[in-house]
Amino acid sequence: MTVVLGRTRGERGDSVEITVTVNGSTYTRDVEPRRLLVHFIREDLGLTGTNIGCDTSSCGACTVLMNGESVKSCTMLAVQVNGEELTTIEGLAPGPDELHPMQRAFQEQHGLQCGYCTPGMVMASVSLLAENPKPTEAEVREGLEGNLCRCTGYHNIVKSVLAASGQNVDS
Amino acid sequence: MIPVAFDYQRAGSVEEALSLLAEHGDDAKLMAGGHSLLPMMKLRLAVPGVIVDVGRLSDLSYIRESNGHVAIGALTTHRQLETSEVLRAECPVLADVAHVVGDPQVRHRGTLGGSLAHSDPASDLPAAVLALGGTLVARGPNGTREISAGDFFTGYFESALAPDEMLTEIRVPKTPGAGYNYQKFNRRAQDWAIVGAIAVVGEGISGVSLVNMGSTPLRATAVEEALASGASAADAAAVAAEGTDAPADLNASPAYREHLARVLTRRALEAAGVS
Ligand SMILES: Cc1cc2nc3c(=O)[nH]c(=O)nc-3n(C[C@H](O)[C@H](O)[C@H](O)COP(=O)(O)OP(=O)(O)OC[C@H]3O[C@@H](n4cnc5c(N)ncnc54)[C@H](O)[C@@H]3O)c2cc1C
Ligand code: FES
Ligand code: FES
Repeated sequence: MTVVLGRTRGERGDSVEITVTVNGSTYTRDVEPRRLLVHFIREDLGLTGTNIGCDTSSCGACTVLMNGESVKSCTMLAVQVNGEELTTIEGLAPGPDELHPMQRAFQEQHGLQCGYCTPGMVMASVSLLAENPKPTEAEVREGLEGNLCRCTGYHNIVKSVLAASGQNVDS
Repeated sequence: MIPVAFDYQRAGSVEEALSLLAEHGDDAKLMAGGHSLLPMMKLRLAVPGVIVDVGRLSDLSYIRESNGHVAIGALTTHRQLETSEVLRAECPVLADVAHVVGDPQVRHRGTLGGSLAHSDPASDLPAAVLALGGTLVARGPNGTREISAGDFFTGYFESALAPDEMLTEIRVPKTPGAGYNYQKFNRRAQDWAIVGAIAVVGEGISGVSLVNMGSTPLRATAVEEALASGASAADAAAVAAEGTDAPADLNASPAYREHLARVLTRRALEAAGVS
């Protein structure tokens, strides 16, 4: 296999105009076709709540919602979301002094330690409950298989999601 | 990791995608979900000059019954496969296999057509379509042709598709009442299979296929022949490694993969109701 490090802008890759709705606001920007969605979100829109962990679609730290479904923004191009609706961690809470039920559940159940994986975990969990409102514990564990956490051992994350789904987690 | 610069074209129809492929030749690549292609572009193992985005061709996203088979649009996502009521009723093995591909985020983006065209011998869905004896429909500059799954996978990441062709539909038989099972063996939840074995056994169908046992997904013909001559699950599975060419990598040696192929095939056959 040949590794080509050459080809730069000018030879290829003229910018493309895209319009995206992110957290309810509409943005129109010129982007290079190779711009990754996660860089577009963090650098072009300044929404740095979405983290980059592995940059190889393994860890889920970069998870955002596209039209309500979880996607890994390190494995999408910004041009692929032209015309679509995104939600990032900044867009979940209903107001500046309120938390989304999933965020509140993570806080109450101690679903985070360092917090690095948390934005992605929360977004993946919101998507999970949208598809399966009352998951079993096993379904939560399986539903979060695309998200890695180096701190919590997952147990309290699973409890957080079960609590957010309105299920009793003390028993 | 950032891909090498490329030009981007979004196709609004199959015709437009085909004419962009014809115009740019080898330099162009279709992108569906991008979940195989973009990781390779980020590693600069793939350096297409032009990306033709077909991800928005929603008229190629469907699952419907048609003349004794189930027809699936090439842009149908893994998520749509795993939740499809038509597949649950008519060809449930495909829904089960889709359910264990990657993780939810991957399944929201990845497409059946992309997975087949990528032709990774370690992928799950190509082996499922092979076990089912499915048919792939491709469109190119000279019209439409049908390729049987058995002829489609020609080598490591290589398929019978020409660079100017596009997959539009995948057809799988209805398998009413057939037993089926997929045994996927991996070490971490979201990973590809170290080895996998798929069995679909019932009236009019006896398909067994292997994942990651050679340069393409493989039909376990020795197992199928043993079953046809009345062998038990254990006896048929004993020949599962025949005709394979298992790769060696960090996860497993060829000998260990052959062992896995036999064990997983027996489990899949038993779970599919072969005694
Ligand atoms: C983290 C991660 C884990 C994964 N785990 C698994 C796993 O466990 N099992 C598994 O099987 N797969 C796995 N995958 C791969 C995943 O299933 C891919 O989505 C799929 O293989 C490719 O589909 P796509 O739509 O994303 O294709 P793309 O990446 O868009 O395209 C792949 C190739 O197919 C070509 N192509 C796409 N559509 C067409 C078409 N209609 N006609 C002709 N050519 C076409 C493209 O030009 C390209 O060469 C994983 C991927 C990731 C990122
Ligand atoms: S940064 Fe996207 S999956 Fe890890
Ligand atoms: S809380 Fe630290 S990585 Fe999950």
